[in-house]
Amino acid sequence: MSNAQAPTRTAAFEARLKKRYAAERRFKAIGLSAIIFSMIVLLFLLATMTINGIGGFQRAELRVDIDFPDMGLSLPPGELDHNDAIQRLGNQGLRDVVQFSAEQTLGAEGAEHVNGEAWRLVAEEIYADPRILQSEASFWLPTSEDLASAYAGDGQLPLQPLAEDLAERDLLADNFDVGFLARADATDPQLVGIWGALKGSILTMIVTLLLAFPVGVLAALYLEEYAPKNRWTDIIEVSINNLAAVPSIIFGLLGMAVFLAIFPSMRSAPLIGGMTLALMTMPVIVISGRNAIKAVPPSIRDGALAVGASPVQVVFHHVLPLALPGILTGTIIGMARALGETAPLLLIGMRAFVATPPSGFTDNATVLPMQIFLWSDEIDRGFVERTSAAIIVLLIFLLLMNGLAIYLRNRFEKKW
Amino acid sequence: MSPAIPLLLAIGLGLAGWLVARARAWTFKRSAPEGRIAALPSYHAWYAALWIVVPLILWFLIWNGISGQLVLSSVLASPEAQSLPEFGLRRDSILIEARNIAEGNAGLSMNDEAVALAEPFRQAMQRYDLIGLIVGLLIGGAGAAWAFLRLKPDFAARTKVERLVLAALLIASLVAILTTFGILVTLVYETILFFGKVSPIDFLFGTQWNPDPMSTGSVDGDRYGAIPLFWGTLFIGAIIAMIVAIPLGMMSAIYLTQYAPAKMRAWVKPALEILAGVPTVVYGYFAALTIAPAIRDIAVTLGASNPSSESALAAGLVMGVMIIPFVSSMADDSIAAVPQAMRDGSLAMGATTNETIRRVLVPAALPGIVGGVMLAISRAIGETMIVVMAASTAANLSANPLESMTTVTVQIVALLTGEGSFDHPATLAAFALGFVLFMVTLALNFIALRVVKRFREAYE
Repeated sequence: MSNAQAPTRTAAFEARLKKRYAAERRFKAIGLSAIIFSMIVLLFLLATMTINGIGGFQRAELRVDIDFPDMGLSLPPGELDHNDAIQRLGNQGLRDVVQFSAEQTLGAEGAEHVNGEAWRLVAEEIYADPRILQSEASFWLPTSEDLASAYAGDGQLPLQPLAEDLAERDLLADNFDVGFLARADATDPQLVGIWGALKGSILTMIVTLLLAFPVGVLAALYLEEYAPKNRWTDIIEVSINNLAAVPSIIFGLLGMAVFLAIFPSMRSAPLIGGMTLALMTMPVIVISGRNAIKAVPPSIRDGALAVGASPVQVVFHHVLPLALPGILTGTIIGMARALGETAPLLLIGMRAFVATPPSGFTDNATVLPMQIFLWSDEIDRGFVERTSAAIIVLLIFLLLMNGLAIYLRNRFEKKW
Repeated sequence: MSPAIPLLLAIGLGLAGWLVARARAWTFKRSAPEGRIAALPSYHAWYAALWIVVPLILWFLIWNGISGQLVLSSVLASPEAQSLPEFGLRRDSILIEARNIAEGNAGLSMNDEAVALAEPFRQAMQRYDLIGLIVGLLIGGAGAAWAFLRLKPDFAARTKVERLVLAALLIASLVAILTTFGILVTLVYETILFFGKVSPIDFLFGTQWNPDPMSTGSVDGDRYGAIPLFWGTLFIGAIIAMIVAIPLGMMSAIYLTQYAPAKMRAWVKPALEILAGVPTVVYGYFAALTIAPAIRDIAVTLGASNPSSESALAAGLVMGVMIIPFVSSMADDSIAAVPQAMRDGSLAMGATTNETIRRVLVPAALPGIVGGVMLAISRAIGETMIVVMAASTAANLSANPLESMTTVTVQIVALLTGEGSFDHPATLAAFALGFVLFMVTLALNFIALRVVKRFREAYE
């Protein structure tokens, strides 16, 4: 028996080891770069939208000074509603007054580029405070689309010197457009707003929540707490899991064929949209609800049963309150998904041009993602910015919802 | 009748019944020996309230369904309706307009005939609303009377109420079956109608996709060959998107679970989840606005002749990015399910971490990963908005990723968002495409879930 042992670290071994370590470093670097790539794409996406979108919250506006006392306008005080007042001012020639004052302030060439609808803004301010009519006031009014794009540095070349000239005289500027959050869709990017779509989204989400949440929670309770293990409950379970994985556009086909056949007059109403999205959201709520209910320890059920509670009391007095935070988390996530969904609504017809915010669940409406889709088809540069601005609003909403879900999860998470 | 009235009526009557029944149960309780009755007073109250509210709501739902027809027939019987045109669209539109005027939400264009009909409409509506309300009150009263007659000290109200609660729970879970059933029936029905006009062989194996325009009534089976759509869907969703998503998702998952410090993981994982939470319409806009032009420019500099601005590559790349977090979380789960002992064993033998991952962890987790990839594919081929915005509507059977291509979902949207009648073959073709999509994604999901589930149990 010899003590001689082959040296473990031969040159070949060293070389092999070096190679293996190099492979290790390479592998790790590939992993890191995969993550970095994903993060870069995310940042790039967010940065593109933000940079484009910031401009969407502003619009090019011209300063017009109007000396009211000479103009012979009057607004009888009291008992005029908003539309009435604007119409009355229009009949008194407010449009010409604005045009005339614009020529005074901006010169004939500049006055052409005050937006055709600008007088309505003036009318609204008069309605809000009729005392303006006794004095001289200056207004920032939206420009025409052409001047806006010339000011942004593209569009019609001949207009660019005019835009520069007006900007130098402090008569043309990009101002923060408060109205973007308060108006509805329009054909002119200078006049569009997002409130119509946002309100449509809110109404649709209310319908979705009112339908999907109770049904989802009750179904989850049944399946988790009462369901006997038989073929029927197996079928229910499988179909819920399948529904959660069905492409969203299929729900659009269902909504189109069923809901629109039942309510043919409610094309593009939040009611139909909400019903369609509820079918999509319900399985998500059921699945997350079941997990939350499963997490409630059996000892709580046994304790309640032991003091004489009936199975229904056990569930509604003990299990449901304890599982509720978990169910809510799942619900918010499901609602966030529904909020961002476009395809099913596209099929049931929520793609109409809707120039006034919906006032009820059966009015014509559009939703935020659909507004983004509709604007994305417009070729105007103004619309590109507006689209990105709408995307920012949508993403902020989604982030808030997801943040709320995470907060709820952390706040109420219990370990038994 | 606005839906608020019956709802308020039901709630009001129910509340009254609830309060009265509870008060009554309390009198039982006070006079009962030892103050014990068979159910708590609140259960008596719920029993009465349910007997009032449920029949009332059911009645109003039924009445809402039939009263419209009754109103219409009574209007048609009125003398003003004699001058209506016999049949057809014009008659319908006059009736609809008259109804709108009667309800007080008419638009601008007012038709004289419609205005004349508005008054009979209004009267008929008022009459039937009144009938509905009175019958509703009677039904509510009958329910209340029935419930109150049964309220006795030894009446087990809780059992009855709970039986109804259980029935409600069961009905809620049946909604899922109803929805699945509804989807299947709709798709199958329209698909059968479609196959009555175009043979399934032409549809499934034809290579020319060029549906009849909505204006023509003729049907030409050769125009509905869906192979180019299937190929486009497969190419964009299952090939290009997966070439992006599988390596990036896998490597992200491996790095995050095996190498990354806890702090980094805490930040990167939620960030990846944001990537999954971005609405697809935003990805679609990103693809159409930024990625597609960039790809075309790159293709031009590389010398491609005449590349399309709507390329399969742009849609596929962006879709791949969207799928990354999905693949990575599935891979994450599968790798985490491999027992720690296997990893430790391999490391103890002197293997480096990457050797352990590649030779031990990934093979052991492979079924789960494959299942996850199948789920990802099913998601990619069902994805709509990205391809609607970034791919084109031109069917194209080509393997060149720079060419424009179309997918099943794009065609469904394109066929159904035009103005077209419901029985036009192009409309029906959309449902047939939907049926194929439904079946394929269902099969993928089903197999994937089975694979994942089976694999999960293997180590426990």
